[in-house]
Amino acid sequence: MIPELGHYALMLALGLALIQGIMPVVGTRTNDPVLMSIAAPAALAQFAFVATAFTALAVSYVTSDFSVLNVYENSNTQMPLIYRLTSIWGNHEGSMMLWVSILTFFGALVAGFGANLPMVLKANALAVQAWIAAAFEFFILMTSNPFVRIANAPFEGQDLNPILQDPGLAFHPPMLYLGYVGFSIAFSFAIAALLEGRIDAAWARWVRPWVLGAWMCLTLGIAGGSYWAYYELGWGGFWFWDPVENASLMPWLAGTALLHSAVVMEKRGALKVWTILLAILTFSLSLIGTFLVRSGVLTSVHAFAVDPRRGIFILGILVVFIGGALSLYAWRAPLLKQGGLFAPISREGALVFNNLFLTTACATVLIGTLYPLALEALTGAKISVGPPFFNLTFGPLFIPLMAVMPFGPLMGWKRGDLLGAAQRLLAAAMLAALATAAAFALEHGGPVLAPIGVGVAVFVMAGAVTDIVERTLILRVPFRAALRRALGLPRSAWGTAFAHFGMGVTLMGIVGVTAWGSERIAEVKPGASLDISHYRVTFDGTFNRAGSNYRDVVGRFTVHRLNGEMIGNMQPSRRAFPDRNMATTEAALMSRGVSQLYISIGDPNKDGSVPVRLYFKPYVLMIWLGAGIMFCGGGLSLSDRRLRVGAPRPAKPRAALQPAE
Amino acid sequence: MTRKQRRLILIGGGLSVLAIAVALMLNAFRDSIVFFNSPSDVVEKHVEPGTRIRLGGLVKDGSLVRGNNLSVRFAVTDGKTEIPVTYSGVLPDLFRERQGVVAEGALDGGGVFNADTILAKHDETYMPKEVADALKKSGHWKDDYAQRAAMPIGGGGSK
Repeated sequence: MIPELGHYALMLALGLALIQGIMPVVGTRTNDPVLMSIAAPAALAQFAFVATAFTALAVSYVTSDFSVLNVYENSNTQMPLIYRLTSIWGNHEGSMMLWVSILTFFGALVAGFGANLPMVLKANALAVQAWIAAAFEFFILMTSNPFVRIANAPFEGQDLNPILQDPGLAFHPPMLYLGYVGFSIAFSFAIAALLEGRIDAAWARWVRPWVLGAWMCLTLGIAGGSYWAYYELGWGGFWFWDPVENASLMPWLAGTALLHSAVVMEKRGALKVWTILLAILTFSLSLIGTFLVRSGVLTSVHAFAVDPRRGIFILGILVVFIGGALSLYAWRAPLLKQGGLFAPISREGALVFNNLFLTTACATVLIGTLYPLALEALTGAKISVGPPFFNLTFGPLFIPLMAVMPFGPLMGWKRGDLLGAAQRLLAAAMLAALATAAAFALEHGGPVLAPIGVGVAVFVMAGAVTDIVERTLILRVPFRAALRRALGLPRSAWGTAFAHFGMGVTLMGIVGVTAWGSERIAEVKPGASLDISHYRVTFDGTFNRAGSNYRDVVGRFTVHRLNGEMIGNMQPSRRAFPDRNMATTEAALMSRGVSQLYISIGDPNKDGSVPVRLYFKPYVLMIWLGAGIMFCGGGLSLSDRRLRVGAPRPAKPRAALQPAE
Repeated sequence: MTRKQRRLILIGGGLSVLAIAVALMLNAFRDSIVFFNSPSDVVEKHVEPGTRIRLGGLVKDGSLVRGNNLSVRFAVTDGKTEIPVTYSGVLPDLFRERQGVVAEGALDGGGVFNADTILAKHDETYMPKEVADALKKSGHWKDDYAQRAAMPIGGGGSK
C-alpha cells in the first residue's frame, strides 16, 4: 500500500509540475497576475507530493519491504538502520528520487522565501524549475520506477554493495546533489531573465545566495567523496581524475566562476551577459554530470545498472535543456544592456582573470572527460585519459590562478593599484619565499616543482590573512580599534578571506601528499616490522571479528617511533560480506598532526603472513580541512547582511506587471 | 581607456589563455593516452612490446598463481585468446577468477603482459537463478537482469 501511495504521489507531482511549468508563463505573456501567482503554491504542493513519494520509499526501506524490487535488490534486514536509509540513494532509482526531491525542495524554497522577488521573474523562474522537475519525474516514472513490486516477496534482500556501506555515503550523495541541483536555481533565474529580456544588478543579488549555498554543498560533497575514496578503496588516493569525479569537479569550477562574476554584476552592473551564460553552463555541467554518472556510459562505482533506454532518455533531457537554453541565450542575450566600464587592472579585472582561468580549466577537464567517449563513438577505439593528462593541463592553468588570487581582494573596484597591492603583499610573498626555501632544505626527494607549490600555497594563505590585516589595520591602530573594525567588516569580506585561505590549505595538502608521500608494499609475517618515514610499524597477528552483516579478519599493528617510543595500535581489516559474496578493505588510519599513517591489508596467507600496504601521507588532512574552511567561508558570506536583508524593493513596483518586451 | 581598447584587451587575454590551454592539451594528448585492448585485439593489432595499453577481459579460471613477495601471475581471456599477465602488489578487493579485470602496463618481448596497475570492476550485482525465475513469472523480468544473471560470479550459496 505504501509504495503505491508513493507511486501515485509522484504521478500527481508530475501533473503539478506541468501546471507550474505552463500556467505562470502564460500569465507573464498575457499579463495575468492570477495565472502568475499559481507558480508559488504549485511549487510548494509539488514538493509536498515528491516528499511524500520519497518518504514512502524510505518507509519501504526502513521496514525492509522486500516486495518492492528496489528494496529487495539493495537492502537487507541484517544491515544497520543507517545503511538501510542510505541504501535509498545507493542505487539508480533511489538516487534519482533524491535528485528530484532536492530539486523540488529548492523550488519550494524559492516559492516560500521569494516574497520580495518581482512577480514576473518569480513566475518565470518557478516555471523553468518546473520544466526540469517534470522532465526528471517523467524519467523516473517511465524508466526508473523505484516502486515496482515483486509478486512473491523474497524472504531476504540482496544487501547493498559493500563498498557503499559506509558512513561517508550517508552524507556524500545528498551533499553533492544539493550542490548539483542547487545550481538549477541560477539556471532558472537566468532563463527567466532571458524570457523577460530584462536584467539588472538586483538579479545578481537574488541569485547569489543560491549559488553560494549550492557551491558550499558541492565543495563539501566533493571533499566527502574524496575522503571516502581515500579510506575505503584501500590504496590511499584522494583524487583519481575518474570521469565521475570530473563530473562533480566541472560544476564546481563553473560555479566558482559564477560566484565571482555575480559579485561583479551585483556591485558594478558589469559582466551581465557573461554571468547569465555562466549560470546556464554551470547547471548544464551538473546535467552532464548526472548523464555521465547515471546513463551507464561509464563503468564505475556509481554506474549502477546499465539500461540503454535510460541513457537515451537522459541524453534527450540534456539536449533539450542545454540546447534550448543556449539557443534562447543566443537569441535574447543581445537585448540585454551592457554593463559599466572598468580598467583591466581593477577588482573587476581580477575577477575576469579568475573567470577566464576557471572556465578554461573547466573546459580542459570537460574535453579530457568526453574525448574518450567521443572517440569510442566515432572510431570504436577505446582509450583512457588518465591523471597524466589532467596534471599536464589542469595544473599549469590552476597554479597561475592561485598565484594571482591574493591580489584580487586587495584591488579597488573600477581602477586598481597593482603596485600598492604588491607592496601590501610583500610580507606574504616573503613568507612564501621562505616556505619554498624551507621546503627545498627540509624535505628530500620529490618533484622539483613541489617547493614552488608549497610557496604558492603559503602565498595564498598569507594573502588571505593580509587582506584581513589590511582591512582591520590591526598592525597600525590600537588593538581595540582594530577589533571594532574587524567586527564592523562585512561578513562577505571574512567569507572571501576564509574561502581563499581554505583553498591555500587544500593546495598545501595536495602538494605535500603528492610530493612527499611514501609507501611500502610487502608481505609480512607476525612479529615482522616495516619502517616508513619516522615510524616503525610491527605486525602482531590477526584475529576474527563478526559484525552485523559481515565478518572481519583484523590485522593488529603496533606503531613506534624510530627511537622506540610506542605511539599506538592500528587495526586494518578485510571485511567479507557473505550476502554479496564480496570483500572490502577497511584501512586503518592514524593521524599525526595533519599527516596520516595508512595501513590496508589483503587476504592472509596460509603461513599467517599478510600482504600489507603501508603509506605515510604527509599533510593529507589539509586537503579536506581546506574544503571545510572554504565551506565556512561560504557560510560567512551567506550570512552577510546584504544577502540576509535581500535586495531592496524598488520604490514603485514599476514595470513589474508589464509585458516582457 | 576607451571601451574598444578595453574590449580588445579582454578578447586578447581570453584568446591567449585559450591558446595556452589548447597547446597544453595537445601536448598532453600526445603523451598520456592509453588504448584499451582485449586479448584478441592485442594479437590482431600486433601491439608493440613496450607500448602502454590497458588489457581487459576475464581472469581465466584456474590461472591465478601467487609467487613470492606479492608477485602474481594470471591469464586474461576473452574466450578466444588469452594473454599471461604478471603483477606485483596487492590485488583489488573484487579481483577474482572468472571476473572482469582491466590491467594497465605493457607487453614484454616474450608476449607476457607486465601490469603495474590492476583495476577490477567496482560493481557486482547479480541475481540468484531462483529469484530470476520468480521475477520472470511475476512479469517483472527485464533484459538487464539476464545480463546480470549471466555474469559469471556469485550465483548464491558460495561463500
